[in-house]
Amino acid sequence: MMRIGVFVCHCGLNIAGVVDVDKLTDEMKMYPGVSYATDYIYMCSDPGQKMLRKIIKERNLEGVVVAACSPTMHELTFRNTVAQAGLNPYLCEIANIREQCSWVHKDREAATEKAARNTKTIVEKLKLNHPLTPLVLPLTKKALVIGGGIAGIQASLDIADSGYEVLLLERNQSIGGHMAQLSETFPTLDCPQCIETPKMVQASQHPKIKILAYSELEDASGYLGNFKVRIRRKASFVDPDKCTGCGQCIEKCPVKVPSEFHALLGQRKAIYTLFPQAVPNKPVIDRENCLYFTKARCRACVKSCSVGAIAFDQKESFMEENVGAIIIATGYDLMDKARIGEYGYGQYEDVIDGLQIERLLAPTGPTQGEVRRPSDGKVPKEVVFVQCAGSRDPEHHYPYCSKVCCMYTIKQAMLYKHAVPDGQAYVFYMDTRCSGKGYEEFLQRGIEEDSVLYLRGRVSRIFKDGDALKVWGADTLTGRKIEISADMVVLATAMVSSEGAKELAEKLRLATDEYGFFSEAHPKLRPVESLTAGYFLAGASQAPKDIPEAVAQASAAASKVVALFSKDHLYHEPIAPTVDEEICRGCGQCVETCVYEAIELDPRRRIARINEVICEGCGACSVACPSGAVQQRNFTKRQIVEMVEVAAGT
Amino acid sequence: MGQFEPKIVGFLCNWCSYAGADLAGTSRMQYPPNIRPIRVMCSGSVDSAYILRALLAGADGVLVGGCHPGDCHYVSGNYKARRRITILKEIMKALGLEDERVRIRWISASEGKRYADTVSRMTSDMRELGPNPVARLWWT
Ligand code: FES
Repeated sequence: MMRIGVFVCHCGLNIAGVVDVDKLTDEMKMYPGVSYATDYIYMCSDPGQKMLRKIIKERNLEGVVVAACSPTMHELTFRNTVAQAGLNPYLCEIANIREQCSWVHKDREAATEKAARNTKTIVEKLKLNHPLTPLVLPLTKKALVIGGGIAGIQASLDIADSGYEVLLLERNQSIGGHMAQLSETFPTLDCPQCIETPKMVQASQHPKIKILAYSELEDASGYLGNFKVRIRRKASFVDPDKCTGCGQCIEKCPVKVPSEFHALLGQRKAIYTLFPQAVPNKPVIDRENCLYFTKARCRACVKSCSVGAIAFDQKESFMEENVGAIIIATGYDLMDKARIGEYGYGQYEDVIDGLQIERLLAPTGPTQGEVRRPSDGKVPKEVVFVQCAGSRDPEHHYPYCSKVCCMYTIKQAMLYKHAVPDGQAYVFYMDTRCSGKGYEEFLQRGIEEDSVLYLRGRVSRIFKDGDALKVWGADTLTGRKIEISADMVVLATAMVSSEGAKELAEKLRLATDEYGFFSEAHPKLRPVESLTAGYFLAGASQAPKDIPEAVAQASAAASKVVALFSKDHLYHEPIAPTVDEEICRGCGQCVETCVYEAIELDPRRRIARINEVICEGCGACSVACPSGAVQQRNFTKRQIVEMVEVAAGT
Repeated sequence: MGQFEPKIVGFLCNWCSYAGADLAGTSRMQYPPNIRPIRVMCSGSVDSAYILRALLAGADGVLVGGCHPGDCHYVSGNYKARRRITILKEIMKALGLEDERVRIRWISASEGKRYADTVSRMTSDMRELGPNPVARLWWT
């Protein structure tokens, strides 16, 4: 019989304040199979761990149960500790008496009883545990970064600068993301052309970075350290090797359609680059609007191209790559303003969103930086900015705060005033949340120097009144109704997860929150890792963020990847089930049920074989097995039944 | 005698429901202590035999907690569990057993409140239903 020791942690008063730890320890001392039990104020502290090691040696313990916080907190800590004392780490188990006991119950007696039961259940499990050794695996030291916005660019540069190869995947024809659309950035008012473009160029010239623009992830399989990804390279109908990026074709193309880059306020051609500083700077043909594809005529681009780069017969292609880690940097989109009924369901041309005004303010925008309203090109003299349009509105839209709108609204109002000095900017707000470095000062500067008028309250309705837009709102500070006859209205619409993020998450089996933002492994302590090993998160793919935060998170994600790549091997948890060859009758039920295709039947001996590297350890096969030959390691049927007996008992 | 306190065995999947239960703790939500949790890797690894065994061993209710449809860490373990439990409930009904004693619920890692509510609800339902007769029949 295994000599088992039980160690009860007080966690200060977190556990001991509710659970009677003395009674619990005494009870565990008496429990069959337990040869030693003690308690300590903080088991995870240095002296706590030292004591654990000492007692293991002194008492010759062969297995350990630590009754403490959730195993997700300290299972690893204690497993390492027991290993230092010479015990196999898998002979250490955690009984959760904090998160699922002392923190959720107040009644001392009931909580103590439950803590004892939780601990005994785990003791029963431990009794039948086997020592295990992790698998040592090779590691591909190449990263895939999905999304070429500022976060993806930063992460790629950091990893590449550490000497590892990076594939930077971008679905548009150029990297740069939403940041490239911005006029100037808060709180320093530098333009993206000055601060982002150099990074884009740096990424494109970096010997370790390969940019895969106009491409999307088709599929990923494998696991941490050894992913296989399939990438779809969309047909651009321009041969990138021949194209010199001269732009002749764009000039000659007769088709004009609204430009996505200009947030639909300007126009682009059917053959187009996103913007003049695009990286890579090769145009693509938009099949839907190209006359050759729609009407089989025109070919103006072909005629204008002196190097013969136009390739109407180009097909999409697929490439497969092996990578060791994947960073998700898919960014954000703005909520469709047409969803907000009270603001006109998107039917008024002069009600625009945050990205649209960025384009109107940008010198590279459709109006060359002159603020002209979309409907008639008039310079608007009264502009109303509406914050929290869709954010912080749990009844109708999104309950969360989009975090950047307070800052970009004051920035836009300021830039508007610089462009139209005799105009007036009004801002309707709920609160101003300006908590970054230099942010509050920036807000004050806008209010004092540029006389932006802040009105605290929500806008209830916007409607057309002749040439103007009537804005009805309330000033909750004075309690007065407000009516403004505006020339243009700017909605700070909510930031939402990027289009396609949900599908990507499903493809990669990554968890997201209910709004499609990727879930981090721990909200405070593991903010850049996803719940699935080998996937990391950067930028607004995880939650709304401003540029400094997105960049910081990207660097953090990159450093996680670099830390991973700095090892020579990877260790895989020994979680694959065992197959009892005597019992297995080769029925193949387990093969059927395994979603990872980790099991095959040995054709000659007709028994199941499990590929331990591919197996994720879900345990579905052991349930499917009608003869009980497949057993999860340290979660055998016998173990669970023993646990159930204790858990269900009186 | 005080009121009847049901015993509920909870099989919680490691990735969602167990983490949801932890979050209920981190958020200091209160719920009745009647739940007796067992951590499993996935709801799809819960054999019907475990559930029956729990009922025979004296549990008044069995809760299987898994990730929301589409969210199972192992792709489809929760669908397998749902199918299995649907069948198990049919069998229980056919045998004249109260199938409400077995429940499967989707509780994500961010739904501490849902976990606390599920446990509270199930505890009060089981209280109303009274002791599980199967255990007694089995042992006498
Ligand atoms: S991991 Fe939660 S149900 Fe499969």
